[in-house]
Amino acid sequence: MAGYDPRPESVALLEKLVAALKLRGIVTEEEIALRKTIAERANPEIGARMVARAWTDPEWRAFLLRDGTAAAEAMGVSMRGNPPLGVLEDTASVHHLVVCTLCSCYPRAIIGYPPHWYKSAAYRSRAVREPRAVLAEFGTVLPAGIQVRVVDSTADFRWMVLPLRPEGTEGWTEEQLTALVSRDHLVGVSLPSAAHKVSRAA
Amino acid sequence: MSVGGHAAGRGVGEIATARFQAGQKVRVKDARPERVARLHLRTPHYVRGRMGVVERALGTFPNPEDIAFNRPAEPRVLYHVLFDQPPVWNEGEPGDTLLIELFEHWLEEA
Repeated sequence: MAGYDPRPESVALLEKLVAALKLRGIVTEEEIALRKTIAERANPEIGARMVARAWTDPEWRAFLLRDGTAAAEAMGVSMRGNPPLGVLEDTASVHHLVVCTLCSCYPRAIIGYPPHWYKSAAYRSRAVREPRAVLAEFGTVLPAGIQVRVVDSTADFRWMVLPLRPEGTEGWTEEQLTALVSRDHLVGVSLPSAAHKVSRAA
Repeated sequence: MSVGGHAAGRGVGEIATARFQAGQKVRVKDARPERVARLHLRTPHYVRGRMGVVERALGTFPNPEDIAFNRPAEPRVLYHVLFDQPPVWNEGEPGDTLLIELFEHWLEEA
């Protein structure tokens, strides 16, 4: 992962584990290579593209909400061996916030590694108990009348939020809309805005 | 090879045997089996004993309580269940909710 040099003892431990798993026929070099490829390709921009397309194409939107896994496949993500994807749509009355209180379940196959705060005990415990306080710390104040629905990702699905299309984006292209959607919007800790283009590292 | 320990992308959509229907009231079992044995559970403590409403059956997945110990895992129906959030903590904003994945064997008619 960028910015982190693995400790030599961790690398040595990993190598021993992989060797033992290979010896027992539990993993193959091909499987590891495939997983690496999937992990390296996964990126919040894929989720952003899925969202932007849903904002412009009602048929795709229905497909995305009905079968997120198939929609991810249609976007070129290999979902084989990965947990299914569920997509939850924000409405004029409900905003979704995703957390995994038990560990760190996250739609990695599609949008990559979760941020460190997503895995922190603070976020995991507070998101279910005081979601509005957590949202406020991310600078997110919901308009009056919007209920918060905290999605605790406890089991086999992985969840992504389909936010409301921001006001002032009428007539925008899919590409322009994609540029507004960040990882945080896909988790639900903040909301996309027509005034903020997302800076993407890669 | 699965990712994340309890993940397996199979069984989605196989809900023919689902015991609970969308819109049905359910109660999460008020059980603490981890107090008497070493277990791996996917049912958060805070929701045990709570009343909720089934949103929908999500699919059928091998029981994670068995997978964790490398035992043969029975397929179990997984549901999305919606709970009022404020009663869980005695705080919060009325109307806010919690949406949680729960396995059938943790649910009972309410």
